[in-house]
Amino acid sequence: MAVAADAGALPSTSTADRQRIFVASQWQLTWWRFRKHRVAVASAIVVAGFYLVVPGADFLACSDPSASEAQRSLMPPQLIHWFDEGRLRPHVYGLKGARDPRTFKRVYQPDPSQKIPIRFFAQGFEYRFLGLFPMSRHLIGVDPGRDASTTIFLLGTDVQGRDLWSRLMYGTRISLTIGLLGVTMSLVLGVVLGGLSGFYGGILDTVIQRIIEILRSIPTIPLWMGLAAALPRDWTILQVYFAITIIISLLGWTELARVIRGRFLALREEDFVVSARLVGCSRMRTIFVHMVPSFMSHIIAATTLALPAMIISETALSFLGLGLRPPAISWGVLLQQAQNVQTVAISPWLMLPAVPVIVAVMAFNFLGDGLRDAADPYGR
Amino acid sequence: MLAYIGRRALLAVFTVWAISMLAFAIIQLPPGDYVTSYIAQMASMGSVVTDEEAQNLRIQYGLGQPIYVQYWKWMKQIGDGNFGFSMEWRRPVTEVIGERLWLTVVVAVSALLLTWVLALPIGIYSAVRQYSIGDYTATFVGFIGLAVPNFLLALVLLYLGFTMFNAHIGGLFSPELQDAPWSWARVWDLLKHLPIPALILGLAGTAQQIRIMRANLLDELGKPYVVTARSKGLPETRVIVKYPVRMALNPFASTIGYTLPYIVSGSIIVSLVLGLPTVGPLLLRALISQDMFLAGTIVLLLGIMTVIGTLISDIVLVWIDPRIRLEDT
Repeated sequence: MAVAADAGALPSTSTADRQRIFVASQWQLTWWRFRKHRVAVASAIVVAGFYLVVPGADFLACSDPSASEAQRSLMPPQLIHWFDEGRLRPHVYGLKGARDPRTFKRVYQPDPSQKIPIRFFAQGFEYRFLGLFPMSRHLIGVDPGRDASTTIFLLGTDVQGRDLWSRLMYGTRISLTIGLLGVTMSLVLGVVLGGLSGFYGGILDTVIQRIIEILRSIPTIPLWMGLAAALPRDWTILQVYFAITIIISLLGWTELARVIRGRFLALREEDFVVSARLVGCSRMRTIFVHMVPSFMSHIIAATTLALPAMIISETALSFLGLGLRPPAISWGVLLQQAQNVQTVAISPWLMLPAVPVIVAVMAFNFLGDGLRDAADPYGR
Repeated sequence: MLAYIGRRALLAVFTVWAISMLAFAIIQLPPGDYVTSYIAQMASMGSVVTDEEAQNLRIQYGLGQPIYVQYWKWMKQIGDGNFGFSMEWRRPVTEVIGERLWLTVVVAVSALLLTWVLALPIGIYSAVRQYSIGDYTATFVGFIGLAVPNFLLALVLLYLGFTMFNAHIGGLFSPELQDAPWSWARVWDLLKHLPIPALILGLAGTAQQIRIMRANLLDELGKPYVVTARSKGLPETRVIVKYPVRMALNPFASTIGYTLPYIVSGSIIVSLVLGLPTVGPLLLRALISQDMFLAGTIVLLLGIMTVIGTLISDIVLVWIDPRIRLEDT
């Protein structure tokens, strides 16, 4: 193997280090290289944080995301006061709503005399953790006897008076899993079609490559819009959820297929693949035991880079009203409320769901970049 | 070279055919047809459509026939320059789309031009002055450009324009020229409104192109021929522009084809946010009301436009990169 010549690429010069590199597995080399990419490591932590919200959305939310009340419509975000008379005692002020006699708009004034202490691990609305265990503890909440959904609004409320923070938590769950599911489906399509294309070559390769070229030269959003508009209006949230996942993955597999085909083409003539064939390994065994492990890290990197596009697609479709529809909650559905500039000018906090979209997309991009560089430990 | 262009053109024709099938299939997918949604619309306004009337409408629009017959009819009509009849607007599709299609082209092309105009010099600068403040700024702005979906960018700019300057930055024309006939004043007005949508649409592409240009040029800058040129006493600007930039342009140009579908896609959704009079808002409405000929025509025309654009970029690529010419002869 070409390890010895290229091991110098890693900044380890001592003999002991070189010994380590000789015996290290592919995964270990990848990990060592990845670790050096600071931004990518930080992004990995951010991404992990986002995915913790997926199972923990109920716990992190402080009030029922669909509890609406016209009396609390469009409340601004509350400031948390951390100290009270010099001691750490986080609390928020109660809000008094009144109608402006001239504009008939509801305006809210904080009432400093009414301090509402914030409790951690407090009792709140009931939910099932992971869909199994009934629980009612929440990360933040209020004293027993009060109702969090009428008192704490960390990020304000929407037009129907629903707590934006809690809705954001549930939206994160849906948006991130839809991206993950979509990318998994794309991956399956990409591996199968890209693999066939690269391994067999010939007419099959030409046909698949032409299909990819055609799909890539079509503007995708009109197509997505067309497919999404075709979903029956009476489908349940779950049905729409899976349908949207399938739609975005159907058009997203092409890039993955190209990457995988490229790797197959590069590996097909390698000595170890040829010898595997010569000793009589079946095709399946050659592909899955000998070839796939050697570019697994490339696949992971390509998949990570494909995820942000999936997230943006879902957000865009839901934003247009063609993707997930209320009462489902996703980042796109939340942003729908920010469509009207007049509304946003009066209540700018409705644009807050854009922040996790941007942060998540950026984190995935950096993570993917880092993984891609690390995937080739013998590279530059 | 001719063989190469010929093959590309053939693929383009094939792509257009595939798009026409897809466009038509998509329109056929929704359960029910225009008449069902028409009946629902009439019912919500309080009037009732009898079964007989519905039947007549279906026969009039040819809705009862098998799908391939409808597709064939549609194709034959298009051959005669007739794209069908918009059932919602009760006017021929071509009339409904009208100048909106050209405005879509104008917006997409100006976004594409802006992408090059910005990406080329910034990319060169970033590579030549690697790790300078300018390079870091360009990289940072580039990452933001890639991470922020363009419709969110449009929203944020709308909001900033509204709150800080109390101006509505959307639209392509001033209100008084909205429906005016074409004149120099109107063209000038359009040019004044274009930069913001073009920038929003072009930002992601620009960011990507800057990174490609920078990486390519950095690869080239260290090569011996650059050192040779420099050691022979060529002025620095000429050294860079004449040799490595030319080399770095090739991979840069080959990504043009993939930028265009992206920009066209983006223009649909950005138009909705900014209220641009392009085909975007029309398409959304047509899809929701299942105005099949209108929606199908828009998807088809957008596809054809993109394919033609890609074909042009392929030809440009052959023209600037002799290696492709030689490969295929």
